[in-house]
Order: sequence, then C-alpha cells, then structure tokens
Amino acid sequence: MNTRILTLAALVCVCLQSVLVFQLPIGFYQQRFWLLLLALAVMACVYLMQRLANITSSRSAGAKFSQLLVPALFGFMVLMLWEAIVRGFNVPLVLMPAPSRIMSTLLNNLPTLWADFQQTYLKAVIAGYLMGCGLGFVTAKWVVRSPFLQKGLLPLGNFMASIPIIGIAPIMVMWFGFDWQSKAAVVVIMTFFPMLINTLAGLKSVDPLHADLMHTYAAGKSQIFFKSQLPQAMPFIFNALKLNSTLALIGAIVAEFFGTPIVGMGFRISAEVGRMNMDMVWATIFVAALAGSLSYGALALLERWVTFWHPSIRDKRS
Amino acid sequence: MNALHPDVMNRPTTSGRSMVEVNNLSLIFEANDAPVHALSEINLTIHKGDFVSFIGPSGCGKTTLLRVIADLEQATSGEIKVGGTSPNDARLNRMYGYVFQAPALFPWRTIRSNCALPMEISAQSKTHQHAQIDKYLQMVGLQDFHNKFPWQLSGGMQQRASIARALCLEPELLLMDEPFGALDEITRDHLNIELLKIWEATGKTLVFVTHSIPEAVLLSTHIVVMSPRPGRIVKVIESPLPRHKTLALRDTDAFHALASEIRQALAEDHQLD
Ligand SMILES: Nc1ncnc2c1ncn2[C@@H]1O[C@H](COP(=O)(O)OP(=O)(O)O)[C@@H](O)[C@H]1O
Ligand SMILES: [Mg+2]
Repeated sequence: MNTRILTLAALVCVCLQSVLVFQLPIGFYQQRFWLLLLALAVMACVYLMQRLANITSSRSAGAKFSQLLVPALFGFMVLMLWEAIVRGFNVPLVLMPAPSRIMSTLLNNLPTLWADFQQTYLKAVIAGYLMGCGLGFVTAKWVVRSPFLQKGLLPLGNFMASIPIIGIAPIMVMWFGFDWQSKAAVVVIMTFFPMLINTLAGLKSVDPLHADLMHTYAAGKSQIFFKSQLPQAMPFIFNALKLNSTLALIGAIVAEFFGTPIVGMGFRISAEVGRMNMDMVWATIFVAALAGSLSYGALALLERWVTFWHPSIRDKRS
Repeated sequence: MNALHPDVMNRPTTSGRSMVEVNNLSLIFEANDAPVHALSEINLTIHKGDFVSFIGPSGCGKTTLLRVIADLEQATSGEIKVGGTSPNDARLNRMYGYVFQAPALFPWRTIRSNCALPMEISAQSKTHQHAQIDKYLQMVGLQDFHNKFPWQLSGGMQQRASIARALCLEPELLLMDEPFGALDEITRDHLNIELLKIWEATGKTLVFVTHSIPEAVLLSTHIVVMSPRPGRIVKVIESPLPRHKTLALRDTDAFHALASEIRQALAEDHQLD
C-alpha cells in the first residue's frame, strides 16, 4: 500500500522532470520559475526514492519490487539531469551531447554500430578472451605441480602485466596484420596472466585435509583434479573471468587505435573524434558499456550458479 | 574369537592374524629450529578384529602414528606393515578408511554425495552406493539430512556425516582420529554404541584416537598409552572387559579399575618429565 503510493508519487515526479526538460526551450537556465520547479521535482524524487530504499531494507512484500525500482528510477533521473544540463545551458555538441541525441544517433546508425560490434566484440574480444583464459588455465594446471616453473613464471607474469597495451598493440599489428587477429592477440596477452595467477592460487587453495582425504581414497590424478581441485578453484577462476571480460574489451578497443581496417569500435571512436562527431563517439561508448556490463552480469550469474556453496554467495542467498 | 596376546609389545613379526605391525619405527619432523621427535622406537602389533585406542596428552604422536599407518606420513626409520603389505599398497588396495579430526566434507556436495565420493572413486555401482549411504546415514541419524549441504548442518552433524562416509566403504581397517571429540555427550554415547555394534557385527579392526579415558575403556580391547617428547608408547593395556559391551558397563568395578590403571600410566609418565 505504502509502496504503491510512494511509487506513484516518484513516477509523477520523474514524468514532471521529463516534461520540463523536453518542453522548455534550449538554454532555459535563466528562467527562474521553471528551474525552481525542476529542482523541486528532483528533490522530491530523491526523497521518495530514499523512502522506497528503506522499504528494501525492511523485509516487506514490496521489498523485491522497490529493489528493482530504485536503481531504475535513479538511472533515469541521472539521464534527465544530464539532459537538463545540456539543454538548459545549451552545451555545444562537441563537449557533451544530450542522452536523447546519443540515442537518436545510435538508432540512426545501427548497421554501422552493429558492424563495429561484430568486428571488435564478436571477433577480437571473444576469440582473444577464450584463447587467453584457456591458455592461462591450461598453463596453471600444468605448472601447479612444479614450484620451479611457478617461481620462474610469476615474476615474468608481473613483468608482462605491467607492459602497457599502448606498447604491445603496434607490435601485434606488425605481427598479425591490421585485421581483428592482432587485436585478439592483444587480448590474449592481457587476459592470460590474470587467469594464470588466479587459477594457480585457486588450485593451491585446496584444504590440506581434502588432499589427504583424496590420498587415502587412492584417487587418480584426474579424479583429484575434477573432484577436489577444480571445484575448489572455481571462485578464483570466476574472479579472473570477470576481470578479464573488462580487460578484453578495453584491450581490443585501444588496440584498434593503432591500425585497423575501416570498421571496429576503436576505429569508430578515433575516426569520429577526428571529425568532431561526438554523438557517434558517445553512441559507440554506449554500445561498449552495454556489451561490457551484459557480459560481466552473465558471468556473475554463472558464478552464482557454479559456486553456490562459497561463503560469499551462500550468505547472500539466505 | 580373539585369543589373548599378553606380550603385545616387542612381538616378533609374521602372524597371519596381524593387521598392523610396527617395528622400531621412528619419525622425525625437520622443523626450522630443532627436529621434532614425533615418534620414537614404536613397537606395536594390532591383530585383526582388535579395537585399539591410542590415548595420551596432545603432542604425543597419536595422530602421527595413525597417519603413518594410513601412508600419509613416511617413517624416518623402522618398518611397518599394514595387512601384510606396505602402507602404500594397503592404501592402493583401499584396505582402510580414515576419519579425520575435522569433518573435511566438500561444501559443493550434498551429504549424500559426499558419502558417495569414495565409492565413486573406487567405481562401485550406483545401486550399491545408495544402499550403503542409506544404511549408514540412518545409523548416524542423518537420514533426514541427506540432501542438505555440509554448511547447512551443525559441526557435530558434519562429523557424523564424515563417519558415515568412512563406514560406507566397509574397510577392513578403520582409522579414527578423535572422531567424537566435537560431539555432545549424548550423541557421543549413541555413536560409541553404534560403533561397537558395527565392530561386533563385522569383525573389522579399529584404531581409535581419543582424549577420553572412559571412552577408551568402554570401546577398546587394547589401550595404547602414549607420552610426548619424544612421542612413544608407555604401556599397552589389554582390557579384561568382555568384548560385548553396553553403556551399563561404565558403572562396574572392572570398568573403574581399568580407568584408574590408564590414569596411573598417564600420570607416572608425567612424573618422569
Ligand atoms: N607436519 C608436521 N611438521 C612438524 N611437526 C609436526 C608435524 N605434525 C606433527 N608435528 C609435531 O609432532 C608432534 C606429534 O604431533 P601429533 O601426532 O599431532 O600429536 P597428537 O595427535 O598426539 O596430539 C607434535 O609435537 C607436533 O607439533
Ligand atoms: Mg591429534
């Protein structure tokens, strides 16, 4: 009941904001009355969201609902504020396009953006990510039994990790050509060591008692690996997978600044910046952010499913 | 069924009936500062069908001796035979089951699936696995919790699950390191009786580490009294009590006499310190 009234009031405030923002003439910041009304609507909305957020922490029936509603409203309000500032102060397009402008650019250039996405994400990022993570995992499984190799590899890993992509990207272009293969190579280099180091730590995190137990069962090497070590390492592996999903996207985009065919998200950003088409740059950034958060979210969901037993996850559940 | 063998220590080797034979065994841990003499010149024969308890203050090498039998530690000198072979072969033949001091269950497996693990590893049939698990979870009183995860159970229940897991294998030799240490007294009494029942019914050999004198007296046919620095056997006491035991036995004179004999053996040794 309470939740419903609050929700309705918050929606009204948000609608009022939107109407004000979109109906007022560009450069309206001098019109005191409307500005005051807008500020009031924003403040009322913040207050209502606070009330709604408190419902989330108490365990009422509306908790689940407001748990989704508050972030959605908040996100929308931030967009409206952004829109209001750009319109109100008539900010030039090269400095900061309004969200509405970015959206319309996005919708008008869907084929181009889709081609860029295919080139950068579906080819370079995914191929590089799978190869980098796979190689890191296999190497970790291989060196976990050898302290000598670990001692040799880990400093090398730290060294490699501290090489900036700016440095390796041009080299990879020389080695693997202009197309997505060189970007995938950059991604492999960026994702390999986080995966190696995390998997290694995970495989070594096996409880000595569990190792003794498997020993008394006279378990074979692969049984020990699949029934004890691998499940134990899963939380570590997922940390690396999540971290790498972000690194891979950054790596592929930045690598495209150093030579690419005339398609790809990194190419689009550098080319459109040159032409002062900032709305297109922002639209590309939006696609990248969307792809990044969706893949991160999917990995986080998978993690919850695979490592349901881990204290950090099972506590959240109950 | 179980003939008396008064001279358990320093008995010559080779007997078809011996389950564990330890001769002059020593084990030294190379610690950073000074070597630790965890076991010093241990001689011990455990016969098939015996119920042997190790008792002594902590640090006297009870766990280490059990781990040597289980091939989890290697002796520095001396020899040991388990079931007539080396501990390594005994382990590879899956001759023994081991219950650790902590439950050591896998958190991603349910109680049922934890119990199934050793049987999965030795490739036993699914139907056999389920029959065994039902039987032994019933025995430790966890039949209603078989689909729970270990972290949904109390520490005592987890330990009972780990005991059921070892029992499911029905090994010739059962090694238990203070299995009931974390349990409340009522559960402990119940499991003591269940363990005695299993032992009587199957004629298995049990080696049992405990801190509790009454528990040692109630369960054992032989009580091995140990002492630390260096870890050694002070005395092996053969129980005069009948093999078939009940909780009521704890109020008899024979029970108290044996308990005080153990207490004395432990105390005498402390005066030497
Ligand atoms: N892995 C090890 N490394 C070094 N010292 C050890 C190790 N395991 C046990 N010890 C030492 O050996 C002695 C006997 O230990 P333990 O067998 O665990 O005794 P108990 O089980 O009777 O309490 C102790 O002094 C202990 O500190
Ligand atoms: Mg111990």
